[in-house]
Amino acid sequence: MMARLFLLAHGRSGDKGDIVNIGVIARRPEWFAVLVRELSAARVEEFLSPIARGPVERYELENLGALNFVVHRALGGGGAMTLQLDAQGKTYAPALFHMPVELSEELAREVKVHWGEALPADCVVSDSD
Amino acid sequence: MIRIASGQAFWGDWSQAPELQVRSGDIDYLILDYLAEVTIAILDKQRQRDPTTGYARHFISDFGDLIPEIADKEIRVIASAGGVNARGCAEALLVKARELGVTGLKVGVVEGDDVLGSLLGESGPALACSPLEGDSPDWDGIASKMTSARVYLGAAPVVEALRQGAQVVITGRVTDTALAVAPVLHEFDLAADDWNALSLATVVGHILECGAQSSGGNYLENWRSVPNAEYIGFPIAEMHAPDCAVITKHESLGGLVTVGSVKEQLLYEIGDPRSYLTADCVADFTSIQLRQEAPNRVEVTGVTGRPAPETLKVSCVYDAGWKVSGQITYCWPEALSKARVAGELVRKRTERKCGDRFDEWCIETIGAGACHRTIQEVGEEPHEVVLRVSARSSDRSACEELGRQLVGLVLTGPPGATGYAGGRPRPSQLRAIWSGLVPRDEVKPRVEVLTS
Repeated sequence: MMARLFLLAHGRSGDKGDIVNIGVIARRPEWFAVLVRELSAARVEEFLSPIARGPVERYELENLGALNFVVHRALGGGGAMTLQLDAQGKTYAPALFHMPVELSEELAREVKVHWGEALPADCVVSDSD
Repeated sequence: MIRIASGQAFWGDWSQAPELQVRSGDIDYLILDYLAEVTIAILDKQRQRDPTTGYARHFISDFGDLIPEIADKEIRVIASAGGVNARGCAEALLVKARELGVTGLKVGVVEGDDVLGSLLGESGPALACSPLEGDSPDWDGIASKMTSARVYLGAAPVVEALRQGAQVVITGRVTDTALAVAPVLHEFDLAADDWNALSLATVVGHILECGAQSSGGNYLENWRSVPNAEYIGFPIAEMHAPDCAVITKHESLGGLVTVGSVKEQLLYEIGDPRSYLTADCVADFTSIQLRQEAPNRVEVTGVTGRPAPETLKVSCVYDAGWKVSGQITYCWPEALSKARVAGELVRKRTERKCGDRFDEWCIETIGAGACHRTIQEVGEEPHEVVLRVSARSSDRSACEELGRQLVGLVLTGPPGATGYAGGRPRPSQLRAIWSGLVPRDEVKPRVEVLTS
């Protein structure tokens, strides 16, 4: 199954000057390893390139089952200077959660059990089942 | 045991929160944060026009009526409502206390965060300052345009005000976390170098500093699951000892406290998680252990940290010209195509009149990628789209002209335009922020306690 990252993770984004940080938290502790494997700093930088110039640094918080991405040059000069609608990068976490991720059959099963009927249809990109 | 309750996360936060925190159950401390980075700059500007202003006046209107109750219940209040005029704020609160018949209220004032004079001394800067980020503009280029320079003070002067018996402490620029670290230091009589305990208090401060963001507000994990959001409860930290805290909320209020809601806030606005730098310590966020000990109760333990840095952060604000931003809505048919054409029309017409007086343009289509641009596919023609046109310039009149051109589109551009009823968008002054570091030893916080 190809699915949006949102099915595996939740989190929040915020700003400091021209930097946006995006916290990505595994929805289940055992999915943290999937995040570590799938979300390299380079892949995140490439995916966010329409909204941030980068570079991107990645930090691991295994204790919280979370990754923190620090995205540089992300706000067109920073919260006070920028002209863009999202002046403080509040929507950058949801932007990242739009990333498509290939799920193994086993993981796809776990994801379906976790969400049950609440599984948001627009987060499934393709499903061979 | 102490209970520290968050009641305000920025100037503009939910006005009813302080009252609900005081009236819905027992608390010992109420902490109210009013200062975002740019708030100080706005307050500085206000005070230049009127020296009696410069503080968060909603603190007086939202919180003032609670004075008899906090006096009666012996709740201590720490508020960064002082902005650039903490003394003026304290005096306004004392006037309110007298109106309400409360005598003997002790109000602490924490100042000393203003270093503009020392940085811009006539015989050269009396205080050395280095930029926090590599690509910051050169100091010399902005010094003449600087309107404000405030150091982030730590918890120590707030503790001093509490020690002198202040029931309400009003501060200027202090770190957001200091509002929570101060009661912990005061109540548990910590050694000044107990870095692990200071780091736990700092982590608690970080969880509380954004108000409902840790108790069901802005909750991405599962926003539909938040009960009684209309009366969302702000977070409360319970501490029996300085090595363990429980994050909770008043039972009768809405919202929720889960491991997920606390994690989302822990990751908010941080950099390297091993080094969360404040004036009080360097907390290691990779040491934090969370446990859901009961519904709406999350235990925080295991926190370690290191000594506070020798430098303090200073936030300098300088004038960076003008900006203007306005919106017009286009409806079906061909809403997006029309909005795009209209945006280009405005830009061409304005530039023909003003030449190249603009430093930057930003043309966005809300409803069609304004937030995420090409990360998400936009339907070919959404039913309606809001055109948003913004620009900045050192020339105020150029920004005014853009405002006129935008409204002029209604009769001179594509059909189906509406939503301009707010009138012509007006230029606003741009205030940019330059962050730096100054030696801690050269910053002298001042504490004073006034009595009604």
